[in-house]
Amino acid sequence: MRDALVILAKDLRIEWRTREGLSSVLVLGVLLVVVLTIAQDPSPETAPTLAPGVLWAAFVLTGMLGVQRAFVLERENDCLAGLLTAPLDPAAIYAGKLASNVVLLGVTQAVVVPLTGLFLHLDLVPRLPALLLVCLLGNVGFASLATLFGALAIRVRAREIMLPLLLLPLLVPLLIGAVQATRAVLVGGLAAASSGLGVLAAFDVIFAVAGWLLFAYVVRD
Amino acid sequence: MRRLLPPLTGLTMLAALAIVFLVVPTEADMGIVQRIFYFHVASAWVAFLGFFLVAGASAVYLWNGSPTADRLAYAAGEVGVLFCTLVLVTGPIWARPIWGVWWTWDPRLTMTVVLWAIYASYLMLRGFGGDDPALARYAAVLGIVGVLDIPLIVVSVRLLRGIHPAVINRTDGGTGLVDPWMRIGLLVSALALILLAAWFMDLRVRGARLEEEVAALRRELDARRGEVA
Repeated sequence: MRDALVILAKDLRIEWRTREGLSSVLVLGVLLVVVLTIAQDPSPETAPTLAPGVLWAAFVLTGMLGVQRAFVLERENDCLAGLLTAPLDPAAIYAGKLASNVVLLGVTQAVVVPLTGLFLHLDLVPRLPALLLVCLLGNVGFASLATLFGALAIRVRAREIMLPLLLLPLLVPLLIGAVQATRAVLVGGLAAASSGLGVLAAFDVIFAVAGWLLFAYVVRD
Repeated sequence: MRRLLPPLTGLTMLAALAIVFLVVPTEADMGIVQRIFYFHVASAWVAFLGFFLVAGASAVYLWNGSPTADRLAYAAGEVGVLFCTLVLVTGPIWARPIWGVWWTWDPRLTMTVVLWAIYASYLMLRGFGGDDPALARYAAVLGIVGVLDIPLIVVSVRLLRGIHPAVINRTDGGTGLVDPWMRIGLLVSALALILLAAWFMDLRVRGARLEEEVAALRRELDARRGEVA
């Protein structure tokens, strides 16, 4: 647990000193929301119905690049090899990396979600607590798989294409659950979103545990 | 047993063809196109068997590092994707006259195409991931995560709208297969495809072992040449 916190602190410190990853991912997230909306040319009436899909498609695509970048950083100067020679349990490295990815993606969500509300005429304020829950569950589920496969993809050939190739099909249940839950929250409330939230919660638990157990097989030499 | 596999597969396939095209009565509402059902559903069963076999063999490989388990996982992945592709080809051939469209985002169709993509990406990783020996371990991780994803996919696609017929387990408790020959036809064609898949996997597993033997001999040969020179 303490080891995981050390990794988290290290990753956040690196990020804070340059703010390079965070700012590029933020701009990319905004850009994707703009592009995905323009591509569908919505009328003011249809715009709110597009929001859940646009939001989560933009989140998945930016998140993938953000996580990939975090592992590319570890690869430079063989940082990952150094991390592995340290007396750390691989599961603790996974937990720390997962936490730092969740934080960075959470910051991205904090900017992209209100902006989507603005662009697509949603009134987010009364729905905020429920929406926060959906965003958090979606974030953790995404980061659980992305952390595992980010570490994996960085070690194989054709790594730029491999991460989206491996990750996107596995993320389909998360995407369906998050989009359905977001839509339900926007029109109804937390109760209406229960089936979507159930899928998200199950996804989070299953893949956080799987990542925790399987990470050692990915990083061990 | 291994020698018997090819002739047994051939005979069962002929029997399946004979039953499906000569014995089974034509379905009352859909007509002749319904006969594709016997291959469509049987292929889906084989594809699922293949995907679960990938996960099982991957878990064994991570547990004890058995090269046979790794080769079996790869072969099962190939067979799973092959039969899943057949499901995705035979489905639209039936759907076009019956539903009027080749494709729709029904839960089962969505599930099948997502599973196809997961295991196609498994083959991509194995095929293009490079020649690092650790690749087998990465692939095993993916094989296990893939099968963990299946229940989540099954639950999540139910949140989509559906029109796929439920033939085997209907909500009224009965089965859509009214004629006993329909059931026999489905089972025999499933058996034929399972045998075919087993034969393919046997060939692929043995082929992979031979490839590795040849590579080892090549390395030895190069080493000895080095000694002579």
